[in-house]
Amino acid sequence: MGKFLVRRFISYLVLIFLASSFAYLLAAATLSPRTNFDQLQPRPSQEAIEKELDKLNLNDNTPIAQRYGTWVRDLVLHGDFGQTIDDQSVNEAVARKAGVTLRLIIVGTGLGCSVGVAIGAYSAVKQYRGFDKAATAAAFFVLAVPTVVIAVSMREAARWFNDVTGVRFFEYGGEYTAGLDAGFWGTLADRLQHGILPTLTLALALFAAFSRYQRNMMLDVLGSDFVRTAMAKGLTRRAALLKHALRTALIPTITYFTFTFGILLAGTTFTEKIYGWHGMGAWVVDSITQNDVNAVAAVTFFMAVCVMAASFLSDILYAWLDPRVRVS
Amino acid sequence: MSMPAERVADTAEAEGEEVRVPGRWSGVLYEVLRTPRVLFGAALLLALVIAAWVGPLLSPWDFAETDIIARREPPSAEHWFGTDSIGRDTFTQTMVGLQKSIIIGLLAAILTTAIAAVVGAFAGYFLGATDRVLMWITDLALVLPNFLILAILYPALRGKGWLVFVILLAALAWMVTAKMVRGMTISLKEREYVLAARYMGVSHHRIIFRHILPNMSSLLIVDATINVSAAIIAETSLSYFGFGVQPPDVSLGSLIADGSTQSLAFPWTFWFCTGLLVVLVMAVNLIGDGLRDALDPQSKRRS
Repeated sequence: MGKFLVRRFISYLVLIFLASSFAYLLAAATLSPRTNFDQLQPRPSQEAIEKELDKLNLNDNTPIAQRYGTWVRDLVLHGDFGQTIDDQSVNEAVARKAGVTLRLIIVGTGLGCSVGVAIGAYSAVKQYRGFDKAATAAAFFVLAVPTVVIAVSMREAARWFNDVTGVRFFEYGGEYTAGLDAGFWGTLADRLQHGILPTLTLALALFAAFSRYQRNMMLDVLGSDFVRTAMAKGLTRRAALLKHALRTALIPTITYFTFTFGILLAGTTFTEKIYGWHGMGAWVVDSITQNDVNAVAAVTFFMAVCVMAASFLSDILYAWLDPRVRVS
Repeated sequence: MSMPAERVADTAEAEGEEVRVPGRWSGVLYEVLRTPRVLFGAALLLALVIAAWVGPLLSPWDFAETDIIARREPPSAEHWFGTDSIGRDTFTQTMVGLQKSIIIGLLAAILTTAIAAVVGAFAGYFLGATDRVLMWITDLALVLPNFLILAILYPALRGKGWLVFVILLAALAWMVTAKMVRGMTISLKEREYVLAARYMGVSHHRIIFRHILPNMSSLLIVDATINVSAAIIAETSLSYFGFGVQPPDVSLGSLIADGSTQSLAFPWTFWFCTGLLVVLVMAVNLIGDGLRDALDPQSKRRS
C-alpha cells in the first residue's frame, strides 16, 4: 500500500513537470509578448524593448530552447516562476491567487459531490418514484447547461432579484468588499454574500453529473447477492444500504471524480472570470490575452498539481473503500 | 459492454426467426425504435437542424445586414427575435450561430471518437511498448485541462477559421474514450474470430479495423453521441471568452457572450440563443442516454 502510493507520487511529479514544460513551450511559441511593448504610447526605443524582454526572459529573438532552459533552471534551482509581463514576481501572484481558487474549488466540490452522491443514491433506492423522477429531470436539465451559462444566468438572476427587492442581497463582483470594516461576523456575512453564487455555480454542475452517475452505480449494486445477504443476516435496511451497497457503489464514482476534475477546473476558471474573483482561473484568461508566458506556465503548473492532488486523494479513498487494494 | 453479434443472435432467437440471421444493424435499429427518449431527442435535433438551415432563408434579413433605424428593438413582426446593439437581426444571427454550433459539435465528436478508437485499439491490441507509449501520452494529456491548451493555442489559430478549431477540440478530448476502447480491445483480441483471422494470415491492421473496432461499434456510437454534447459545451465556453470561434463567424457561444452583458435591459439578445443551446445539448444527451440503454444490456435495468 505504502509502496504503491510512493510510486504513484513519483509518477505524478514527473507528469506535473512535463505538463508545465509542455504548457511553457506552447505558450512561448504562440504568445508574443513583444507586441505589448510595441503598442506602448509613446513607444520605447528598440534597445529598451530588447532589454526589457531579455530581463523577463521573454525575448523571441532568443532561441526557445534557451528560454526554456533559463525557465527550468530558475524553477528547479530557486523554485522561481520568473516575472510577469509587468515585471512583478509570479510567485507572489501565485501565493495571492491560489488561495482564492482553492477556497472556491474545495467548498464547491465538497458540496456538489456529497449532495450529488446522496441524491443519486437515494434516487436509486426510490427508483421510478416521484423523487427519482424529479432528481433525474433536474440533473438532465443542468447537464445540458454549460457552466458559463449557469454562471451568467445566476448573475443576471441575482441582479434582477436585487433590483426588484431593492436590497443588495447577492453580490456578484469580487470575492469580498474591499476595505470593509465590520468585525468578524460582518466580514463573514460579506464573504457569504459574495461566495454563495460562484460556489453554487460549481456545485450545481457537479451535483448533476454525480447524481446521475451514482444512481446508475447504485442500481447495479442494489440487486446483488451481498446486499440481500446483509439484510438476511438481520441488518436493518438502512445499514445494509449504507454500509454494503453505497460503499461498494462509491468505488467507481471515485474513479469518475478523477476524470471530471479537469472539467471542474475549467468550470472554476469560467466562474472566477464571470464573478470577478481574482483567482488562478481568471488570471490565466487575462495572462493569455496579455501574452504573459511565465504566468500561463505557472497557472498550468498549479492546475496540474490540483489534478494530481485530486487523483492522489481518489487513490487514498479507493484504498479506504476497497479492502482488496490494501491487502495486495 | 455489449457484443452486438451476440445480442442480435439473442433477439433473433426470441422472435423465432430461423432462416435469416439479421445483420448487425437491424437489431440495433429495433432496440433504438423501442426507446422513446432516442426518438424524442432525434425529433428535437431534427427540428433544430431544419430551423438552423431553413430559418435564415425565411427571415427577411440577411446575416450581415444591419437595420440602422432599429437598434436593440424588442421582438416584432419585422425582427422575430429583435435586434442587437448595432441593428443586426437576432433571429438570423442565432440561426447561423446554431448552424455553426451543430456542425462543430458533430465534426468534433466524430473526429474525437475516431482518434480514441484508433489509439485505444492499437494500444490494446499490440500491448507492450506501443501500449506504454500511447497510454503515457494519454495520461499526460489527461493532466492538462484541455480548455487551457486550447486557450493558449488561440493566438496561433486566430484567423485560421473554425475548422482548425474543430481539429484542436478533437485532438484534446479523446483520452477517456481511448482508455475504454483499450480495455475492450484487450478482452476482444482473445476472441475466437480474432484468433481465427490471425491464423488465416490477416494483417494486424486489418484485424483491428475489420474485426475489433466493428465489434465495439455500439460503444463507439454511444460515445460519439456523448462527445457531441461535450464538444458543443466546450465550444460555447471557449467562444464566450473569445478563445473559440472568431468573428465574422458566430456560434451560440459568441452570441451568448454578446448578449450576457445586457440580458436584463434587452433580454432577447441573451435568452433566445441560451435557450436554443440548452435545447440542443439536451436533445443530444437524450439520444446518447437512450442509445446507451438500448445498446448496453447491463444498463437496461437502470432506465
